[in-house]
Amino acid sequence: MDKELKVKILDLMIEARCMEERMVKMSKSTDGFFWLGGVGEEAFNVPLGLLAKKGHGLDYDYFHFHYRNGATMIALGMDPADELRQMHNRITDPFSGGRNFCNHYVRKDWNVVPVTSTIQTQCSVAPGTARAQKRHGGDGITIVTFGDAGTAEGDFHVGLNWSTLPKWELPLLWICTNNAYGISTPYNEVHGQEHIANIAAGYGIPTKVINGNDVEESYNALKEAMDYCRTERKPYYLEAMVSRLHGHSSSSGANRVPDGSEADPLHLWIDRLVKEGVIDGDYFEKKYTEHTEHMKDKLAEVRKEPAPTAADVFKHIYAEA
Amino acid sequence: MATMAQAVRMALHYGETHLGVTDVFGEDVGPPLGGVFTATQGLKTAWNSPLDERGIIGTAIGLALAGQRPVAEIQFGDYIFNTIDLLKLAGNTCWSSMGQYNLPMVVTTIVGAGIHGSIYHSHSFESMAAHIPGWKIVLPSRPIDAYGLMISALKDNNPTLYMYPKALIRVKGKDLIPGEPADERELKKMIDAPPGPTLYDIIDVRSRWEPRWPEGLTDYQVPIGKARIHREGADISVITYARHVFMAEKAAEILKAENGIDVEIIDLRTLYPWDRETVFNSVRKTGRCLVLNEDTPVCNFGEHIFRTIVDECFYELTAKPRVLAGADVPGVGLHPAYEEASIPQVNDIVRELRGICGEAP
Repeated sequence: MDKELKVKILDLMIEARCMEERMVKMSKSTDGFFWLGGVGEEAFNVPLGLLAKKGHGLDYDYFHFHYRNGATMIALGMDPADELRQMHNRITDPFSGGRNFCNHYVRKDWNVVPVTSTIQTQCSVAPGTARAQKRHGGDGITIVTFGDAGTAEGDFHVGLNWSTLPKWELPLLWICTNNAYGISTPYNEVHGQEHIANIAAGYGIPTKVINGNDVEESYNALKEAMDYCRTERKPYYLEAMVSRLHGHSSSSGANRVPDGSEADPLHLWIDRLVKEGVIDGDYFEKKYTEHTEHMKDKLAEVRKEPAPTAADVFKHIYAEA
Repeated sequence: MATMAQAVRMALHYGETHLGVTDVFGEDVGPPLGGVFTATQGLKTAWNSPLDERGIIGTAIGLALAGQRPVAEIQFGDYIFNTIDLLKLAGNTCWSSMGQYNLPMVVTTIVGAGIHGSIYHSHSFESMAAHIPGWKIVLPSRPIDAYGLMISALKDNNPTLYMYPKALIRVKGKDLIPGEPADERELKKMIDAPPGPTLYDIIDVRSRWEPRWPEGLTDYQVPIGKARIHREGADISVITYARHVFMAEKAAEILKAENGIDVEIIDLRTLYPWDRETVFNSVRKTGRCLVLNEDTPVCNFGEHIFRTIVDECFYELTAKPRVLAGADVPGVGLHPAYEEASIPQVNDIVRELRGICGEAP
């Protein structure tokens, strides 16, 4: 990994962090309602966005995200103002026109299919796009993300099964960001497996468990996993052990967990880059302040944008002919 | 004349050769069986899925998101209940994404009683389905409508739930489908897969079999949202669909012969969006109506029709409108005594119609 890429990843991590922190603040003010997001998963989620093949149609990657992929969307090139628009439920929210929670992205021109609050249904849907890609050929793959708790749902097993049918092994990258909690329930209280990966291995899928708080380890593992799916046209399962720095969502407070209770991948990366001499000691403070101000300015603009009207509720129930 | 199973099969063939259908799939949908009701025999895009309804609906959604045009079958309506949240997602995809994504997918499933199907092969699903906005819902009663509604569903860019009544799947129609050979034995020879005494014979014989599709099939459409006047009458309107169109017809003949009462029967064909105009015109003409179906009675789809009739036609009614639905019981029992007590029978319909017509204006 060259210096330029290391700094690029850092910048995107900071931008994603500042976006989420702004949205947490919005959720506690009159600027928004419920918050949930992916603070603590940036070391994994930024490389995911950078390595993906972004575009529209079967030749590009399809994304079946869960609601913790804000940093991936930033790395794909999302303007954070769009996420603030969704948080502020403006009609200008390009994902849902103010209909859905924050971090529920939809971008057809990037193959980002609708994020849904229903846990794990994306695992039953993902084989559909992957099957279309298998039939089409090329090197586009389907990427599906989820947490550890959701793997208890039947849909996880549905998807694993449908991605390994004889003659129809699918180019589908399974990604579990394992933060060891389902809202408040600890992993080891409701899962008998040491790793969720053991379940995927039972379907004959190659698996890897990595430290998702380490940027380089995440980047390399994602590259290897994507290369496998792109060239072999078969599924791969990657489990990234990550932190959860602001709880599950507004439902568990959305406040930052006490210092030291969970590793912060952003600070691990800063410390490493300072030690390597890639950035100066004050780089982070400068960038962080800059992005924090930037998010405030963006929100000020978003506040002026129009809200949905009562008549808008009836739009798009059906596709236009 | 073609049966409903043959009509659906021909429409799907037309769909995969002319309308861009990419996948017809579900449990036992591909060769050698071609569906437990034979509706998908001989189709080039048909394939067998795992025995997994959630995977079937989920994969159909995914295929449609990727720009394909899938037709997914749930083998019996009784087994679609565990997919309801996926059906909800499919129904809200266009709306929740502000029109970015739409799902050109058709889900087919066979519903209703009438074949001694016992507790888990007799369910109705229309009342549940009508609670899932964003879908179009059709339920034909005749082979020609089954063909025309399937063509319309395959052309539609929205998710369409295509139900068909078990009891009528093998009933021959009275109208020739455009392109269908006039000789039904010829049609059978052309498109029905050869039988075999055992599954192993079927697999063997059918591995060498190919259908000969009628060449003149067309894109004959029955528009979604358009009801049909099955029988014209002046005295009372029966608003119904599926098997009860024909049960109402029998009741109408009895009433005509015994009481001189002239019954009009409306076959809705589409349950959502349903044809308000045809229904209201009929009720305004006769002033009396019975809404009839076989689903359980609480929050029954017919109650919605009933309520809307009361809202829109109240001052033109000359008698209290009624709903005749299935019994409020957990299932349809196997013994005919159970089934007949659970599902409105001809004599029940006759009794209701006489009751309404006996009311003084």
